[in-house]
Amino acid sequence: MGQSITHGSGHSSDLLKMLSSDRSTQLFFAVLGAVAVLVPVLHLVFPPGSVLHLSTYTMTLIGKFLTYALLAVAVDLVWGYCGILSLGHAAFFALGGYAMGMYLMRQIGPRGVYGDPILPDFMVFLNYKELPWFWQGFDMFWFAALMVILVPGLLALAFGWLAFRSRVTGVYLSIITQALTYALMLAFFRNDMGFGGNNGMTDFKDILGFTINTPATRATLFVASALALALGYLACRYITESRAGRTLRAIRDAESRTRFIGYRVESYKLWIFAFSAVLAGIAGALYVPQVGIINPSEFQPINSIEVVIWVAVGGRGTLYGAIAGALLVNYAKSYLTTAVPEFWLYFLGLIFVLVTVFLPRGVMGLVTQLVRRRRDQQVPVIA
Amino acid sequence: MNAATVLRQGWQKVFGTGARSERPPAVDASHGTILYLEDITVSFDGFKALNALTLYIDVGELRCIIGPNGAGKTTMMDVITGKTRPDCGSAWFGQTTDLLMLTEPEIAESGIGRKFQKPTVFEQHTVLENLELAASGDKSIWRTIFTPLSAAQRTRIDQVLETVQLQERRAQLAGALSHGQKQWLEIGMLLMQDPQLLLVDEPVAGMTPQEVERTAELLSSLAGKHSVVVVEHDMDFVRSIAKQVTVLHEGSVLAQGTIDEVQGNRKVAEVYLGE
Repeated sequence: MGQSITHGSGHSSDLLKMLSSDRSTQLFFAVLGAVAVLVPVLHLVFPPGSVLHLSTYTMTLIGKFLTYALLAVAVDLVWGYCGILSLGHAAFFALGGYAMGMYLMRQIGPRGVYGDPILPDFMVFLNYKELPWFWQGFDMFWFAALMVILVPGLLALAFGWLAFRSRVTGVYLSIITQALTYALMLAFFRNDMGFGGNNGMTDFKDILGFTINTPATRATLFVASALALALGYLACRYITESRAGRTLRAIRDAESRTRFIGYRVESYKLWIFAFSAVLAGIAGALYVPQVGIINPSEFQPINSIEVVIWVAVGGRGTLYGAIAGALLVNYAKSYLTTAVPEFWLYFLGLIFVLVTVFLPRGVMGLVTQLVRRRRDQQVPVIA
Repeated sequence: MNAATVLRQGWQKVFGTGARSERPPAVDASHGTILYLEDITVSFDGFKALNALTLYIDVGELRCIIGPNGAGKTTMMDVITGKTRPDCGSAWFGQTTDLLMLTEPEIAESGIGRKFQKPTVFEQHTVLENLELAASGDKSIWRTIFTPLSAAQRTRIDQVLETVQLQERRAQLAGALSHGQKQWLEIGMLLMQDPQLLLVDEPVAGMTPQEVERTAELLSSLAGKHSVVVVEHDMDFVRSIAKQVTVLHEGSVLAQGTIDEVQGNRKVAEVYLGE
């Protein structure tokens, strides 16, 4: 952030040139690359019982964290760069997850408990006679993948069009995004919506013809999550380093001023919001096959708030801070909810308050500050 | 307008896409007048901020607008830039552009630039990035994501940096500039859009005498190439730059003429001193 454009070379059109000057991004890719290779190797190559073996549980946990990290990047793009505090991004995540879940349900075929060749178990149980129209096509992976992108994207476009056109900003926007995710949660809890009600979807068998819980499939899903995170990060970095990125920061800092110098602020917000929602949807679609279940609790308002806390803890407006925050907070969560489950929410509230008060630029902001201070001490400045 | 045109324009307005020309069509000011304000009335809860205001600005003119607080100077600027809609009256930019039909960004694109009272540069952006943000051209998100600045735009940035004398500060954050430098940067940002009409609100408030002098030079150098409207309280400053002065009072024009004529006007003296 805050890097100045240099005259002549100026623009991000040359992605490689951009990356070669961005140390934090290089470091991030080095670590992510190492994780994407090491984790599956440690899981697949070393037999269970070996000291070097990584359990299925651990790999799936890290894979889940990677999808959370992508969700955090999506939120940082809209919040950290454009100032849109979305408290509803978990809804887009869940919608992407449901689209993937519907595909996985259709793959079960006649292997369900009731053995119906077409209808998923919950539909047989609820006396459905035939497949609802909106389940058509989800037996094909390409169609489901398209829906993973289209459903969150179009919802964000429609929602954003209404909200941004009416110039709903700040805390009011945050509140209606909460309302959005809450409304979706209530809708998906209903059995007659046709999405499995409060049980959601589970008992998945295959994905693209591969058995879903073999070590190889799980490792592949893990690598796919790492790849999605890398590509999502790159796309966001490309946007934030372009002229549009500087416009987004201008909108964040002084919206009406940006409008005055001739930018269509609403259209910027709209497209960034929709793109961010698509990233969240993709993250959700990778999350579901790894954890093996999707249900309406993913729409809970608290989930979206947690994502914002990850980003705040890591440091907003940096992208890599969002990833660091997602990993840190979720690691703490999985540790604490096992050790002292009743204290988790207090702890979450506490770190949010502490970070807001003492680390306004998050953990990564602190790291950057420390690195800079150390460098300044080591290299005497010659004026 | 047929339905297809309406749809296309609506789409462009909301989604910011679609083919658009690099620059808006030139404003037709062939009669020598760039801005026509006629019978503009704006009232807020019964209070008439502007009362049948009629004012014309010539092409290339440097005009100062003075008047006591509440005379309607800022409201007039708001009407011209589309921030406030008048209750009645007409506002034309050249002969063919009806300002009352355009949105704020459309007015900015059509060639009217406004400098606010307080410096409103983007403090977290560098001087260069501030000018880049203000560069004219297609500002749709698709264009700014995928296309770098053109060579012409970069040349323009260099020219403007020179005009406002901030070449040395180009890589500095705008927030670190002095008050006067911020004001000049903001004028530079206006110049990036190559506006035909510049609206400048109290440019020298809070400046040191040297900065005031430098600002007077800068604004005088702009007249001729651009029409400049300056709202200012500082009479010495007004005297140093303006040929034509308009005095506003209670929402309409009280007097107009050279600075000496205006200062000799009895009505003006009453408004400024008599109360």
